[in-house]
Amino acid sequence: MRKNKLSVVSKIYIGIILFFLYAPIGVMIFASFNKSNTTVWKGFSLKWYGELFRDKAIMNALGNTLIIAVLASLLATVLGTAAAIGINNFRGKKRAVIQNVSNIPIISPDIVMGVSLMLLFSFLGVIFHFEMGFGTVLVSHICFCVPFVVLNVMPRLRRMDQSVYDAALDLGCNQWQAFYKVVIHELMPGIFSGLLMSFTYSLDDFVITHFTQGAKFNNLSTEIYSMLRRKIPPTINALSALLFLAIIIIMVMVNIYERRAEKREIKRGN
Amino acid sequence: MKSKKLSLPYIAWMLVFTMIPLVMIGITAFKDRQGNFSLEPFANAFGYSGVFFKSLWIALLSTLICLVLAYPLAYLLTRMKKSSQNLIQMLLMIPMWMNFLLRIYAWVILLQKNGPLDTALSLLGIHGTYIGNTGAVVVGMVYEYLPFMVLPIYTVMSKIDTGLIEAAQDLGSNGAQVFGRVIFPLSLPGVISGITMVFVPSASTFLVSQYLGGTDDIMIGDVIDKIFWTDSNTGSAISLVLMVFIFVFLVIMNLFGDEEAIA
Repeated sequence: MRKNKLSVVSKIYIGIILFFLYAPIGVMIFASFNKSNTTVWKGFSLKWYGELFRDKAIMNALGNTLIIAVLASLLATVLGTAAAIGINNFRGKKRAVIQNVSNIPIISPDIVMGVSLMLLFSFLGVIFHFEMGFGTVLVSHICFCVPFVVLNVMPRLRRMDQSVYDAALDLGCNQWQAFYKVVIHELMPGIFSGLLMSFTYSLDDFVITHFTQGAKFNNLSTEIYSMLRRKIPPTINALSALLFLAIIIIMVMVNIYERRAEKREIKRGN
Repeated sequence: MKSKKLSLPYIAWMLVFTMIPLVMIGITAFKDRQGNFSLEPFANAFGYSGVFFKSLWIALLSTLICLVLAYPLAYLLTRMKKSSQNLIQMLLMIPMWMNFLLRIYAWVILLQKNGPLDTALSLLGIHGTYIGNTGAVVVGMVYEYLPFMVLPIYTVMSKIDTGLIEAAQDLGSNGAQVFGRVIFPLSLPGVISGITMVFVPSASTFLVSQYLGGTDDIMIGDVIDKIFWTDSNTGSAISLVLMVFIFVFLVIMNLFGDEEAIA
């Protein structure tokens, strides 16, 4: 496509959209440094940050969110990568059915998935005597993460040269060696983006957790939800500002990783 | 790896955690509180048809606004240098990573009475209420889902073969003709998948209208949330209707676009 310079109007348009996207976040960050807990500026202060770190409920919820996100994305990646390899060996109708069922959690509305899992867990809970909490949230997060892993690994599998695997076998690898010495490297970019997507979806999830959390467990989203229901504490602005900072750091790191991966691919002549 | 066995754990997983819960929704929707077969939940669900159509209306409006805003942006993106494209793409995605509730709450702060917008407009002599109405809900939705519209359109547009555009130019098309006859038709799969990615979540979302809307802006997701804890039968019936509706919508969208773009 022609890469002429964009007109001033176009630049202004892009500027307005970006302003629309960042203005609300900017307002929150600004408010987080406000001494007063109203929207009127009363001077610079870091007291809300101090209060945030002393807030046991938020810190606890933050810990839970991270643990769930790490465990759910790792387990989903293992389960999903294995599944993708297996599904790739199915042909025709069976394969289509499995893939479509796998896509259900992505396609169906979050809230329907949430309530359906709640039905299942409360039914199973009565039979096996357990209450909803950490375990049910973890299982639910794995449920919506695996499809993303499958979707990311599948194209890599299709592009992979089957003879590479065969060559590894010919050179004396057993199936497992061929897998972790050869196949996994071919799949790595897909596995990585599946893992990353799972991790971020899990971090951000509110709806599914809301329905499967039980009485005592909270992740960050559900904790914020109950905070907003009680009274609106200004620590929430400080929390937003810190999360925003964390996101930017992660984004930059991911970008650097992707650049490097791209360079590597170019070097290999892909 | 020729073994199909590797997918067995996941197939079992899907059976227990995807299929059985959906079947349970289906069964629960056809039972009354005593557990006998009944169409009562659907009769109750019918009482919420007004909310249902209002939700679809809000979702439709949000989707259209997203499309109108996103399409030119996606087009402009493809005409930039690769490095600026990556930068803007990243800038579009960063707010999406912010916690869903905090993003909506940010709009509550921005739009509330005596908030930044109200204060700024008051200085210009304009007074009004910017929160607690359908407009605020739509703004929140657009904010929430705009990147979901931009990214698929941009992805499809940037894959358009430059040879086709050059050929059109060689054959005497001017800029508008190149756009109308080449770029626009070829970008449609992206538009279709963008519409899907915005419409489905905005039709079924909850909380956005609770925070930003008025009392009559309640959406079907809020109803399911409120009702499910006390009356899971009616809740299941509404969920089932919503699910069927979304499914029909996806099938129709699939007829227009190719499957790969939507999945």
